[in-house]
Amino acid sequence: MSSSHARVAPTRRELLQGASALALGVAAAPAAAWAQRTTVKLAFIGPLTGGTASNGLGGRNSFLLAVQERNADPKARYHYETEVLDDECKPTVAVQAALKATSDPAIVAGVTHYCSVTAIATVDTYHKAGMPAMVWGAVLPEITYGHKYVEVTRVNGTMINQNNVAADFAVKTLGFKTFALIHDTTDYGRAHAKWFGEFLEKAGGKILTTQGTAKDQKDYAAELTRAKADRPEVVWYGGLTPDGVRVRVQMDKLGVRAQFQGTSGIKSDTFNETVGPSAEGALAFVEGAPTEKLPGGKKFLEAYAKAAFKEPSEAYGPFAYVAANLVIDAIEAVGPDRAKVAERLKRTKNASTIIGPVEFDEYGQNTVPLISKYVSQDGKWVLWEDSEYASGKRTLPGHKFKKM
Amino acid sequence: MPPLELLLQQALNGVMLGVMYALVAVGFTLFFGVLDVIHFAHGDIFMLGAFAGLTALVGLKAAGLGGSLLALPLTFAAAILVTGVVGVAAERVCVKPLAGTSPLMTLLATLSLGLVIRESVLIFYPRGADPKPFPQLLPQGGFEAGGVAIRYENLAILGIGLAAMVAVDRVIKGTKMGAAIRAVAQDPEAAQMMGVNLDRTVDATFFLGSGLAAVAGILSGLYYSEIHFIMGITGGVIGFSAAAIGGLGNVYGAIVGGLLFGVLQTTAAALIPRGSEFRDVVAFAVVMLFLVFKPSGIFGEKSVERV
Repeated sequence: MSSSHARVAPTRRELLQGASALALGVAAAPAAAWAQRTTVKLAFIGPLTGGTASNGLGGRNSFLLAVQERNADPKARYHYETEVLDDECKPTVAVQAALKATSDPAIVAGVTHYCSVTAIATVDTYHKAGMPAMVWGAVLPEITYGHKYVEVTRVNGTMINQNNVAADFAVKTLGFKTFALIHDTTDYGRAHAKWFGEFLEKAGGKILTTQGTAKDQKDYAAELTRAKADRPEVVWYGGLTPDGVRVRVQMDKLGVRAQFQGTSGIKSDTFNETVGPSAEGALAFVEGAPTEKLPGGKKFLEAYAKAAFKEPSEAYGPFAYVAANLVIDAIEAVGPDRAKVAERLKRTKNASTIIGPVEFDEYGQNTVPLISKYVSQDGKWVLWEDSEYASGKRTLPGHKFKKM
Repeated sequence: MPPLELLLQQALNGVMLGVMYALVAVGFTLFFGVLDVIHFAHGDIFMLGAFAGLTALVGLKAAGLGGSLLALPLTFAAAILVTGVVGVAAERVCVKPLAGTSPLMTLLATLSLGLVIRESVLIFYPRGADPKPFPQLLPQGGFEAGGVAIRYENLAILGIGLAAMVAVDRVIKGTKMGAAIRAVAQDPEAAQMMGVNLDRTVDATFFLGSGLAAVAGILSGLYYSEIHFIMGITGGVIGFSAAAIGGLGNVYGAIVGGLLFGVLQTTAAALIPRGSEFRDVVAFAVVMLFLVFKPSGIFGEKSVERV
């Protein structure tokens, strides 16, 4: 009796438990919408530590921004979780990261790699595992053109167009004739030197010396002293920001009076901040338009600022953001199935993104016709056409030295 | 063959590089001489010294002392203090507790500590992933002598480097603590029986060696106008190799080894076709040759294990 009575009239403890459950239910109500959606996992792989970490962190933040935005979208069919992995810009570490991502069945697709050495090292891993991987920053042509894997696509351009424009611009527009080439000895640096050298000779430029250097080399005095003896009009560096910083700074220390020209690898805020006033007049070339001039660039930059990330998005952040959105769009369309997502991504045609329409060719390469030329002006990378160098208000260091 | 002035310029480049290697190498050799340990976190302590120097400079600038004559000595003092204390702590955490175990354990422990220091700078230093500009505190400009461009800054760096080496020599040869270090290096047990305080001597050795790494770190910052959290990886390997070439345990050997390594790297890049790609190959090949044909190094003595 007492027991049945107890069932009808709840005890104080039961009342408290019920109230707690109700309170929890009310508090969890706003989260219930996404809680009902199926969770899909996405991987991001990039250099989060090491010399190129600033670019990797900018890419990671941009990727996370895209995921956050989609999770907040009530129309999204799935809720997205992320697995962020560091490839340290090292091929061996990258393969481990790729294996970790591909062996997790919950991960449907990845937005992968800034460094060419890591992207090229992992294409087979993604192919064997059947996991779609969209490259967001690496520019080595072979990453997409070296195979016909359905799993590997690339949203940014390759270094071929970049070097064609860079060589033509230096010789035909700026009138420089003699060049000393220094490049890092990774696949990235070597390929840049190969393509730039080929286009340079076609354009009528003359290569005086070509010197390969180890990645993360600290001292360039020997190479620059050797280059200086030939009195080149341009010192060209094919490598990434940390090494590019050293080459530019040490040029001044050794009295190398030449124009400094780099690749997309040095186009970062870090280059200007670290080199300081000596960065003035340095040249760099990047696929696509500057972020603020992209069709959705302003919106991206505002959203990025609102998200209050610690690090800037850097030059390739918008590409990581677009890659994440394209991957998510494919999942939304065909469901969280690796093979279906890969097929869908490879067939991307005229997709509207913040970098403009994205279209993959038969190799999964976005056909980005535009290459932007940048010059460092007052500590910022300025589009050449908008710069005071183009308007004639300022003179490039290389042109000043020519007159001396 | 390049012209003579070009060769002299390259030799000067090599000496500049060598001075910094030598200062790191002296630390390795001191630790090995006194405790028979290879302290693989030492390269990262060199990096930490550079970052401590930069932080001190930022602080001095905030206090309105950034441009004063005191800025440079205060920067050195602060960085030496930081690395000295970290060096002593490293010895107490990673070396002393493992005294009775296999040398491999100490090697692994110090290697791990180096990684902790490196990653801590990456994570906790503001925007630690980026290379950091290092302020120019030394006189700029220069002159030409016999076709060789000499910068005042380089002369100052050479002067500071040499002064640090002479100071170490004075400490080791002319002070009570130096005598204790030499005594412990020769025979720790006999030194203790003669009243040498082993703990204090080991602490002093780690403070001295780590302090020298700070000097090298700041000089590197001043020379290259830039520091980066990964600078200790190569700096450590080369410093250790320089100490091995000179003869582990011999301070003067470390200095000669450091200079030799710097000149070897530079001349390889300058004289060999495509040499810049092989500068490290050449330099480390010489290290291997030394290990094969003269394992005790240039100034190293043959040691006989007595039973």
